[in-house]
Parts: sequence; C-alpha cells; structure tokens
Amino acid sequence: MEELANLFHGFAVALQPYNIMLMVIGITLGVIIGVLPGLGGANGVAILLPLTFSMPPTSAIIMLSCIYWGALFGGAITSILFNIPGEPWSVATTFDGYPMAQQGKPGEALTAAFTSSFVGALFAVIMITLVAPLVASFALRFGPAEKFAVYFLAFCSFVGLSKEPPFKTIAAMMIGFALAAVGLDSITGQLRLTFGVTELLNGFDFLIAVIGLFGIGEILLTMEEGLAFRGGKASINLRVVLQTWRELPGYWMTSLRSCLIGCWMGVTPAGATPASFMSYGIAKRLARRGNNFGKGEVEGVIAPETAAHAAGTAALLPMLSLGVPGSPTAAVLLGGLLIWGLQPGPMLFVEQKEFVWGLIASMYLGNLAGLIVVLTCVPIFAAILRVPFGIIAPLILVLCAIGAYSVHNSTFDVMLMLVFGVIGYLLKKCNYPLAPLVLAIVLGDKAEEAFRQSLLGSQGSLGVFFSNGLVSTIMALGLVALFWSAIQEGYSRLRMSMA
Amino acid sequence: MKPFVLNVALAAMVMSCASSTASRAAWEPVRPVEFIVPAGTGGGADQMARTIQGIVTKHNLMKQPLVVINKAGGAGGEGFLDVKTSANNPHKIIITLSNLFTTPLATGIPFNWKDLTPVAMLALDEFVLWVNAEKPYSSVKDYIDAAKKAPSGSFKMGGTGSKQEDQIITVGIEKAIDAKFTYIPYKGGGEVAVQLVGNHVDSTVNNPIEAVAQWRGGKLRPLCVFDAQPMAYDEPIADGKAWKDIPTCKSQGLAMEYLMLRGIFMSPKATKDQVEYYVELFKKVRATPEWQDFMKSGAFNTTFLTGADYAKWIEAEEKRHQDLMKEAGFLASN
Repeated sequence: MEELANLFHGFAVALQPYNIMLMVIGITLGVIIGVLPGLGGANGVAILLPLTFSMPPTSAIIMLSCIYWGALFGGAITSILFNIPGEPWSVATTFDGYPMAQQGKPGEALTAAFTSSFVGALFAVIMITLVAPLVASFALRFGPAEKFAVYFLAFCSFVGLSKEPPFKTIAAMMIGFALAAVGLDSITGQLRLTFGVTELLNGFDFLIAVIGLFGIGEILLTMEEGLAFRGGKASINLRVVLQTWRELPGYWMTSLRSCLIGCWMGVTPAGATPASFMSYGIAKRLARRGNNFGKGEVEGVIAPETAAHAAGTAALLPMLSLGVPGSPTAAVLLGGLLIWGLQPGPMLFVEQKEFVWGLIASMYLGNLAGLIVVLTCVPIFAAILRVPFGIIAPLILVLCAIGAYSVHNSTFDVMLMLVFGVIGYLLKKCNYPLAPLVLAIVLGDKAEEAFRQSLLGSQGSLGVFFSNGLVSTIMALGLVALFWSAIQEGYSRLRMSMA
Repeated sequence: MKPFVLNVALAAMVMSCASSTASRAAWEPVRPVEFIVPAGTGGGADQMARTIQGIVTKHNLMKQPLVVINKAGGAGGEGFLDVKTSANNPHKIIITLSNLFTTPLATGIPFNWKDLTPVAMLALDEFVLWVNAEKPYSSVKDYIDAAKKAPSGSFKMGGTGSKQEDQIITVGIEKAIDAKFTYIPYKGGGEVAVQLVGNHVDSTVNNPIEAVAQWRGGKLRPLCVFDAQPMAYDEPIADGKAWKDIPTCKSQGLAMEYLMLRGIFMSPKATKDQVEYYVELFKKVRATPEWQDFMKSGAFNTTFLTGADYAKWIEAEEKRHQDLMKEAGFLASN
C-alpha cells in the first residue's frame, strides 16, 4: 500500500502546471526527433540534456523521459509512411505498416501503431509500479550466458517462425553477421576486417545500413515502378481513428503476448529492438491471419509496436534500480541523473522517493499526453502521402542523407548509405528478406560478445549454456523455435498415422 | 561560379578580421567548440564531458556553445584520429582516458599523443579492488589467499574493454601475487559492477563512481585502492566507512599502482593564445561548486597540471604503458 501512496504523491508532483508544460514540450520535441532518421532518441536527449541543468531534477527527468516517449512514438511515423525506420525498434513496424499505407490505409496503420505503443508502455509502467524491487533482482541473474541465450532465442524465432524459405533467411542473416564483425573485436581489442581503412574502425553502423537498405532501396524500387506512391489518396479523419479502435480489442491476445515479450526483453537488458523483432516473428506464426503478414496486416503493426514500447519503458527499470541502462537513450538519461547529483542504484528507491515516483507518475501521464498529441496529428502525417512523389522523393533522399551524416558527422557514412541502398534494392529484387540481415547487424556483435564472454568464464565449455534452470530454459525455447516447422509437421504426421 | 568566389572572399575577410582581433586581444572561439569524447555515452569520460558542458552553460563561461560529440569507434581511435586530422582548427578539444596510450599500442592505428596539443590535466581517476559483499574475504590478504587457492584460471576478473586499463591492472595483480585470473571484458563500467553484484565474476577494479551506488546499497565491498596514498574524501559512504578508510593496495601487500588520466587535448598546431584560453576556461570550471561535487561523488584525485609539467607527466605515463603492455603481450603485432 505504501507504493500506492507514493504513486499518488508522484502524480501530485507530475501534475504541477510547470511539469505538464514540460511534458507537452518534451513529447513534441521527441516526436520530431523520432521522425528524423539518424537523429534518434539518444542523440536528441544528449543534445537537450544541458537545457535541463537549471531545472529541479524531477522536472528535468520528466521532460527528458517525455522526449524519450515522443521519440518512441515518432519512430513509427516514417516507418509506416515511407518505409524508413526512424529508430532501430521501428524496423519491424515497416513490414506491415508500409504495405498498409500503400493500400490506402495509412490512418489505420498509424492509429494502430500509436495505440499499441500506448498499451505496451502502460502495461510496462504498471509492471514497474507493482514489482519494481522484484524485477531488479531478477535482472541480476543475467550473466553473459543468459544474455547470449536471449539473443539466440531472437535469432532462432526469426529463422524458425519465418514464412520465407529458411535458407534465404539464413543467407541474409549471415551477411548481417559478417557486416557486424567489422570493426574492433571487443574481446581481444584487435581491429578486424578493416583493411587499414580508418573509417571502418567503428564497423558498420546499424542506422546507416537501415536508412540505406530500407529508405534508399524503397525509393529505387518506387522509381522503377513508375514514380508514384500507391494509395496516396486515402481520406483520413477522426472516423478512421475510432473505427480502428473498435477493431483493436479483437487482437488482445497478440497485444498481451507482445507486452510480456517487451517487458521481459526490456528488463533483461536486451532492449526494444530484439523485442520488436521477436514479437513480430511470434505473432506471424501464431496469428490466425499469419499468412497475410508482410502484406499489410494490422496485427503485424500491433505486435512490434506494443513490444517495442513495453521494452523501451521497462528498460528504465534496470537503469534506476541497478544503474545499468537497457537502451542507448537510457544511458544518456543515466548521465543526466549523475549530473543532477542522483546516484542510480539500489538506494535510489529508498533515498529519492519523490524523484522516483514523480518519474513513474510522469510515465503514465507522459504516455497519455503523447498518445493525444500524435493521434491529433495523424491526419497531418497521413496527408504527407498526398504530396506527389516527384516532390517527396528528393525530400526523403535529403532527409536520409542528413540522417546518415548525423550519426557520426561523416560524409563517408552518406556514401555507405547509398551503397546499402543499392544492396537493399538488389536483395529485394532477388526476394531475399531484409529483416534477418538487419537483425544480425543489430544483435550480431552483442551476441558474439556474450558468447565469447561466457566461454571465457567457463574456460571453453559449451555446458555453460545449460548450466542453470534459467539459461537452459531460454536455450531450449530457442531450439524449439528454430525447429518449429519440423516439429509441427512431425506432430501432424503423427496424428495422421494415429487416425 | 561568381557567388562562390564572392563567398570565399567574404569568408576570407571575416577570418582575417577575426585573426586580427585575436592577435590584439587574447584568442576566443568564434564558432561552437566541439568537445570530442573518445568513448561511448554514459561512461566515465562522457559523464565528465557532459558535466563540464553543463557547468559552462550554467555559469556562462563561454560565449560560444560547447557541443559534446561521442566518437567511440575502435576503442576511441575514431575520436583521436578526428582531432589529429583537424590541424589549425582551434574549435575542437578532446577529453582523454587511458586509451590515449592503450588504443594505438594495442591496435597499431597511426596515432600518438604528440599528434595533439596538450591543454590540461583535469583530474586522475582512481581504481579500487571490489568484491561481492557476500564473499567471505574482508581484507586483501583473504582475497589473495582465495585467488591463489583457486585452480589456475578459474578466478574471474571483470573489466571494461580489452587490453585497456582494467586488464593492465589485472595483469599487474597476477604478477604481484603470482596467480592466474581469467579476465572477462565488458562494454562499460556500470555493467561490470552489476556483473559483480550478480556473482558472474569474482572481483573487479571499477572506478569509484561506477561502483559507489552498489557499495552504498551493501552489495559490494572495496578492498583497496591502487594509489600511493588513500583517497582524500572522509564523508561516510556505507557502514560508516568513507573513501578515506580504504587502504592502499601496496600497504596490504599488493604492489600495484595505477591512476587514469582525465585530461584535455586540442587539435594540432594550436597557438599559445588558444591553449591559454582553454586553460583559463578549465580553471574557471574547476572553481565551481558543481565541479567540486562531481569530484567528491567520484572520489577523484584532483591533481591539475598544465604546460610543460603536463607534457612531462604524459611522457612518463606513455613510457610506463608501453612497458606494462609489452610485458603483458598486448602490443599490436605489425
């Protein structure tokens, strides 16, 4: 009950007019940051961090976390409208969101994305409110082996649950792993595959690859198909929003599953990106209309968005209670906490009650404010699609180039983005799925690092991946996911022979 | 072509005006200053850079904005090469950590600190030997005994990065007590501390600021500090113990000393006036209460050096890193 009293006190703090004003400013800035590819939540928060030094810590964190929510919302907009994910975790949203926009349903897609984001975040905040101390101690059980098992599960569920030919999926994934291997080998401290080119020290940045593969690749495809957006003439108004809302409760099962996946991935600091991919992969296999995924199924938007937001929100929990950021943006927020003189860690919940509960209350209110802000803007966003392609395409190109440049302030990256654009176009023409490639670039080096850390600790024994209940369970789940098709087939054959 | 020529002419005029004022009065930045961090967001160097940025903004210490940019690629090599190739651009400064020495030595990238212009040493970061509070060893002696008794290689030391400061200290400890550890590299110091709380490693050499929260929460225990004297801060942190109460490793029979540079460099070919401007700036930063709070929260060693003293210190430290890394077999093989 003490938690509830604390929470109400937190609401009182968050509801002060000054803080509400900061909330709305934060959300709006965040949406803008989320829409611009490459700028991203982490950079946005980092740039705006010094603005908050003169504010009281609670107000400052309310504004910064609202920028974070805003960026999470905003990432979905360009993914759906232009197939350009503004944030890593919105890649999976493009798979069905973009086809929906092309079929003249951008309003439905945006509404579904925003609403499920809200649901995911709300679920995660409620979880944080209720079980914060418990979850923190659970996260402590995650060593390298457990982390590798989580990544393994993400990869396996993608290969096994995908409807694409498994070998094409694996081939695309392997290209991704090879790209992820370039740069500094974090275990030996040596440079790998850079061939003395200093620009490659950093490896291939995920964002550059994604902007090229999806954004530029898509423009090339559209040019080939006759310079027009399909379905740009849809009319969007409040009716569309309400109608989509009526449909959404029907997908409660997918939502709940995605919420759980998201919370879990956010707390075990795997983050929002694998959460969105895994949630999409599982929904594709388990949904009734799973065969339609990738062709503009609303459930294919709900699943990744819900999970990404649940994970993005849950990622703040390990940051506050352990001092370990679950996402790059959380890492910058962590820096902010230290500057305001707050020491994140187990004592924060005890010593800084007003701050912690003010933040948690602002998560409820900030997400609600965010939903209202973005939903009222849906018609404006969707109207962008009515602009002729001849005008919008150069604008998108410029936006992509700025995005790619701003990741490391380097023109080399802009070249790289164009190269990735051509690769993306070729892969699409040959019907290779891009998603596994992207997944492997994002998680490849993290998975490698966790794998090698585990083996260092176990002195080379693979038994470490089955050394306790937690890690064995996750690994077993991964193997089941990998061979899901074979298992299903075997099961139905067994039933046939029984009958 | 014409407008372009005009622009160039205009730019040249503006520049000559700027430089003529500079030669009369002391130099001052005429556009935003880039503050490069050769490490990722959230780490020790990043926190320090962002604190400085906050102090400069809050106290209006500069007329032009100071912009923090992370260039972490290749263990910081990306940041160092960026500043190295910005000769004659006085609007670029960089904060360094030990990777100033370790990264070029371990990877063989074409960089040496002499490529940059030294500005000032802001502080030195301490290293402390930490163990999980549940573990029975409460003194360095217990720890050494346990490490020696464990089968060779089964005692796990967690640290930040590979062939960087944490691993150098680990090799030093191994030599000093004649035991074999397994060193496991992680991405960041906070993660390392949490891995120790979760008992996934047996000990760490975290900087104070990375592990202080876990110490206060009663999860970790400090055994000794790798400095010649105990730290200066006597405010109690946990169990009535202060940073000051942590003995030096040497006094406990573990002969290893290591401090990490938190210093500022600027781009090559900077003039004396330009260096002087930044030295004065950082003197002002150091005088603010925010900076002193920050030093206290991280239990930093607040040695401040500039000019020839600073260069001499770096030179000696470079030599030391070369020797330490050669002994450990960490030098790039090319």
